Amino acid sequence: MSTSISMRRVYVWQLPVRLYHWINALCILVLAATGYLIGNPFALQNSAEAYLGYWFGTVRFIHFAFAFLFFFNFVYRIYFGFVGNRFAKWGNFIPHKKEQFAEMLQVLKIDILQTAQAPLKAIGHNSLAGVTYFITFLIFLFQSITGFGMYAAMSNSWFPSLFAWIVPLMGGDAYVRVWHHLMMWFFIIFAMIHVYLVFYHDYVEGRGTISSMGGGWKFIEKERLEKDVTH
Amino acid sequence: MSEHLPTMWEEIRARGYSRRDFLKFCAWTAAFLGLESSGIGQIVHAMETKTRLPVIWLHGQECTCCSESFIRTSHPIVGDIILDHISLDYTETLQAASGFQAEKCLHDTMTKYKGKYILCFEGSIPTGNDGVYCCIAGKTMESILEETAADAKAIIAWGNCATYGCIQAAKPNPTEAKPVQKLISGKPIINVPGCPPIAEVMAGTILYMLTFDRIPALDGQGRPKTFYSRRVHDTCYRRPNYDAGLFVETFDDENAKKGYCLYKVGCRGPVTYNSCAIMKWNNGVSYPIQSGHGCLGCSELNFWDNGPFYQHLASFPGFGIESTADDIGIAIGVATATGIAAHAVSTNIRKRKLVKKEVDVSRIKNIEKEGGNQDA
Ligand code: HEM
Ligand code: SF4
Repeated sequence: MSTSISMRRVYVWQLPVRLYHWINALCILVLAATGYLIGNPFALQNSAEAYLGYWFGTVRFIHFAFAFLFFFNFVYRIYFGFVGNRFAKWGNFIPHKKEQFAEMLQVLKIDILQTAQAPLKAIGHNSLAGVTYFITFLIFLFQSITGFGMYAAMSNSWFPSLFAWIVPLMGGDAYVRVWHHLMMWFFIIFAMIHVYLVFYHDYVEGRGTISSMGGGWKFIEKERLEKDVTH
Repeated sequence: MSEHLPTMWEEIRARGYSRRDFLKFCAWTAAFLGLESSGIGQIVHAMETKTRLPVIWLHGQECTCCSESFIRTSHPIVGDIILDHISLDYTETLQAASGFQAEKCLHDTMTKYKGKYILCFEGSIPTGNDGVYCCIAGKTMESILEETAADAKAIIAWGNCATYGCIQAAKPNPTEAKPVQKLISGKPIINVPGCPPIAEVMAGTILYMLTFDRIPALDGQGRPKTFYSRRVHDTCYRRPNYDAGLFVETFDDENAKKGYCLYKVGCRGPVTYNSCAIMKWNNGVSYPIQSGHGCLGCSELNFWDNGPFYQHLASFPGFGIESTADDIGIAIGVATATGIAAHAVSTNIRKRKLVKKEVDVSRIKNIEKEGGNQDA
């Protein structure tokens, strides 16, 4: 294989997917930062009177505002998983074909064991990434349910009260809070690994993984596209 | 039966209370129940026309703090009328009768008012070792509860014990203590949690049932909505400090003296549903937060196990006593970062050839002309 590698560009991530991705990233960043502050507010030793400040209230307000954005952005992505292109479809996230499981094994070999392997077939998400994202979707859901469940107690609006059932189910607000707080770490650790792996794949495969979430294009080996147009 | 049962108003009058006292009492009750002003008239009417419902008050595994709280309600009529009569029907700690006589009282009440009496239950019920940990007259508490609950009109579960099991049910729960709602089904159960519940909450709940002869509006966990629909935090007078981010850091700091919010020293107000901040305790004198101590969350499930009390979040179940979610998160985060660093190094060793080859190739040959794309 010392001949040339010719790449073709493929439009993988449609605009709604890209928008979703970056809104989501922003929301998670803001929610994790404000959430962390809610759990661990600064120690201020000052002689202020309460009426002079509202910073903690503002932090919470930002958390709640971004929580709504996060949730509806997520709902939109669920919808787009039905109407988007083949890379955006739900089938990518829920493994249901033999090849998908085989590919998961292959990815593990390439990424973790780093044994020499044929390059990955996948153009969009590889199957392992797909399942991982599916798990994150479940965590998004969990975080939204627990978040709005807690929020129901401080709101008169009908929307958060749709989630109030989670509180007795988990044994009271204290439990909901601890789990909601713990899950923040899932987001942080996920983000660390996610960003690293994007850089890793970009570096090792040279397919433009990093920029694909910007412009939507990936660069795929020409032979690969000719051999396998269905994947 | 021809026996004339006096109405509640008649009983109150017989005790020497004036009409004025009686009306004040009705207004007091209506206020605590959160009724609109027309509710006062309804209470007056109910008291004038209805006979008092019979009450059986049982004590399981408990410390009697619920009863202690109840006898301190701020209105004397509650104690004089309700308690005196309860003690006539049956209650272990206050009744004059003892031994066989007491048992007879219980059975008389149960047969005479079959399906009409209210069963108040204070304490939890041990179920381990066939229930030997709490027996009265040779019967286990569980069987006594089942027997009395069978013909009760409704059950009031007093306190955290009867609602959630409280300290007896805290880990490791040696007596396998259970609350009423885990053992009885098919009867209306009104949960009045708290350790103890506020006197006025207890009085309000029972007076509502006695006067209106119906169950107060309950939330999803069977608690009277009037008293348990708001968090302590939502009505706390230190709340402006919370919103302004002014927190007590330690109990002996300057901020504590200034009365800042107790959130960071473990206040459970944000996760606790109760009326302490509104009704307060001991005739409205104070409540824990007002005296400088955070809320312990005594009206919530498993509050004893959600410690340490002086830390914002409970320690995480299954990990060390003081490990918070953050400690666990940081540990996993550090492990992840280490893993990533190791992986990056090994990538450059093991995939070096592959990457180098591709770099070389791309240097020599230009990438072929772009193809079309498939989806656009
Ligand atoms: C990426 C997603 C999210 C992360 C990482 C996150 C993180 C956190 C953290 C760490 C806390 C502090 C818990 C504590 O120690 O007391 C918190 C509190 C909270 N979060 Fe989130 N959260 C997220 C999404 C949401 C969503 C979608 C909602 C929905 C409304 C929400 C609502 C809340 C509420 C109500 C609180 C309690 C605030 C208070 O009592 O002042 N969160 N969040
Ligand atoms: S003292 Fe407790 S209940 Fe009061 S505002 Fe602070 S956290 Fe909330």
